[in-house]
Amino acid sequence: MTRKRRRMLVVLVGLAMLGSATALVLNALQGSLAFFFGPSEVVANHQLPSHFRLGGLVEKGSLVRDADGLTVHFRITDLKNALPVTYRGVLPDLFREGQGVVVEGGLEPDGTFLATTVLAKHDEKYMPPEVAAALKKAGEWRPAAGSQ
Amino acid sequence: MAAGRGEPMIPELGHFALALAFVVAFLQMTLPMLGAARNDGRLMALAKPAAMAQLLCILVAFGALMQAFIVSDFSVAVVARNSNSAQPLIYRIAGLWGNHEGSLLLWVAILAIYGAAVAAFGDNLPPRLQARSLAVQAAIALGFLAFMLFASNPFARLDPAPPDGAELNPILQDPGLAFHPPMLYLGYVGLSMAFSFAIAALIEGRVDAAWARWVRPWTLAAWLCLTAGICFGSRWAYYTLGWGGWWFWDPVENASLMPWLVATALLHSAIVVEKRDALKGWTILLAILAFGFSLIGTFLVRSGIITSVHAFANDPLRGLFILVLLAIYIGGALALFAWRAPYLKPGGLFAPLSREGALVINNLFLATAAATVLLGTLYPLILDVLGLGTVSVGAPYYNATFMPIMLPLAALTAIGPLLSWKRADVPGALSRLKFAGAVAAAAALLAWWLEGGRPLPLIAIAVAGWLLAGAIGELAGRARVFEAGALGRLRRMPRSAWGMTLAHGGLAIAILGMTGSAAWKQEDIRDLKPGESGTIAGYVYHLDSVGAAEGPNYHVTRARITLSRDGDMVAILEPEKRFYPVSETTTTEAAIHSTGLSDVYGVIGEPDGKGGWAVRFYYEPLVPFIWIGALIMAFGGVVSLSDRRYRIGAPRRAHATRTIAAGKGAAE
Repeated sequence: MTRKRRRMLVVLVGLAMLGSATALVLNALQGSLAFFFGPSEVVANHQLPSHFRLGGLVEKGSLVRDADGLTVHFRITDLKNALPVTYRGVLPDLFREGQGVVVEGGLEPDGTFLATTVLAKHDEKYMPPEVAAALKKAGEWRPAAGSQ
Repeated sequence: MAAGRGEPMIPELGHFALALAFVVAFLQMTLPMLGAARNDGRLMALAKPAAMAQLLCILVAFGALMQAFIVSDFSVAVVARNSNSAQPLIYRIAGLWGNHEGSLLLWVAILAIYGAAVAAFGDNLPPRLQARSLAVQAAIALGFLAFMLFASNPFARLDPAPPDGAELNPILQDPGLAFHPPMLYLGYVGLSMAFSFAIAALIEGRVDAAWARWVRPWTLAAWLCLTAGICFGSRWAYYTLGWGGWWFWDPVENASLMPWLVATALLHSAIVVEKRDALKGWTILLAILAFGFSLIGTFLVRSGIITSVHAFANDPLRGLFILVLLAIYIGGALALFAWRAPYLKPGGLFAPLSREGALVINNLFLATAAATVLLGTLYPLILDVLGLGTVSVGAPYYNATFMPIMLPLAALTAIGPLLSWKRADVPGALSRLKFAGAVAAAAALLAWWLEGGRPLPLIAIAVAGWLLAGAIGELAGRARVFEAGALGRLRRMPRSAWGMTLAHGGLAIAILGMTGSAAWKQEDIRDLKPGESGTIAGYVYHLDSVGAAEGPNYHVTRARITLSRDGDMVAILEPEKRFYPVSETTTTEAAIHSTGLSDVYGVIGEPDGKGGWAVRFYYEPLVPFIWIGALIMAFGGVVSLSDRRYRIGAPRRAHATRTIAAGKGAAE
């Protein structure tokens, strides 16, 4: 086999692999992306994906626990609109009323957001950037309240 | 005037040493490079003392900052922001690298250590290659020293000094995390050696077997540190984050995985350069990319451009500085590559079905895998820049892209070592894998019988069994273990052969662990009052009590849970919630009962206000295998590194022996 043919072969195999990887990637990007919305965007938008991320502040005084001790209800707000959220499980350490939070899940027919995951893994000093952006979009961003 | 409780002058001394290191790095970058171009031995010889002087300066700076952390000198801004006098000593020390400025200092310190190692142990290198490599090392140091001096000074003072500091992020106050960053950095920065050697070789226009032998120990050392670092990090995430997960596809995790994938490819392609004098351009490219990815890993994520739990800096100026540095190093190196690579002499020929061919396939798979991870990591950034919305790319993406690439690669890993160089007998190789095939089928059947169900985990288990049996079988076949004298042959087997078997076998074991915990993990969440119990995977967990205790700088809520099976007590588990009053943060400490084959993992959540507590349990089959496998892989690296032929400085000794032999010949 000459050098040229060998190089050709490597290039062809490489292209085939790159092609299949691209196919895998495109296929995966179709189904597995979680888009992010703030409460005002959810209220305004009627064509939401079945599965997405919702972020904002946990409304003060909104946290309620069911009798089973595990199901919690709270509201996520961007200080303009708020959405009720239901979650069954253990809340993360950094979950607190008045703090930023991101939940993943979908909207129920009654307008409640049923969360499968609650993310509040950012530290105290730090607002999840998506949440900061959602607050900005709703026109309720105050750097003093957000970043510090 | 800065008024601290520590020595007033020491931080200034550290700052001065850093500035001095900058000047030394400039000299180390320019003079030896000039000397190499003009073939001036005296200028080239400056590289070695300069590398030593640079290490000395940076160690002084490092020591000065360490001293400020240890004595809690809160007049130093970094200390005030990231340390507290109530923190135990180990976390005051770890606080040094638990922040942006300090972690940069650790980074350049390790860079200087590697540079000094080349100066000290690199006498076997041709003087020109050594001078140029050290000059490139200095060029890397120069950029990051400038970044520290002009945009991230770790010695900036506060006046007046606060009476006490804020705190190291409580989630980082963990013994595992104290050692995870230095280990990871040893890996990231170690790849700079391959990069420097690659740039030096490009300037020289010459890559040969000797070059590959010189690069190999450095790449191997970096690779094994990276492997161990990733392993520690994943273990830490497993027991601290309280979700029973060990990999979250967080940008920072991806940032350590990408250089690992490319470094793994580089280790394999360098073998082809060494043995067959082929794949030279590709190997050089991998050396550039491996370090490029580790720069991206350390800095792009830290710059705040990609959001991550681990992001330190939120300052846009720093982000810009980092981007410019990345563009200069990676862009510059790639431009040099495009210009000089065509001048490299093409190497030996081989048939597609050969050891070389198998290693090319290995490289293609690893490079493609790294590319899919890169795309997944950058995709949210791309969409955001284009204004197409905010998205997150999570586990489903990687399960659909990364896994279908890695599983065939793992399966082929069993075949590659059985192929001979140049032209291989594939049916012959496959016939030697009959035993591995049987093991694979048995493993899959066993998994199916135990857990039933979905095809993907069964395939993964079969691949792991195939690879484990194939790796052991390859070594056994080479040593002819069923014939007389096998023990002696095993002992005389080159260390690098043992290293390969360990690394491939470790990978198989890690795959077993990942599959088991990903596919057959069980979860049980309950609201328990003391005296109540729940069940998971045949275990009964009984909440005995919940009490309070005090840690050195935190308050503890500790549950006492009795774990039993078939009425017999197995273990007492004491999961904790820790509240750190200084930063008003709570952390979770999981309690884990491990049998070596599986883990029972318990955490305690919030009180429900009516005397009950949320208690969450996981059953994770095979999960310990992940870290055992990864450590075996790293150990394989250590064993291979101890191979006589590859030890740092070995080629010189071989050369010396030859000279003596020649001298003898002449005398006779």
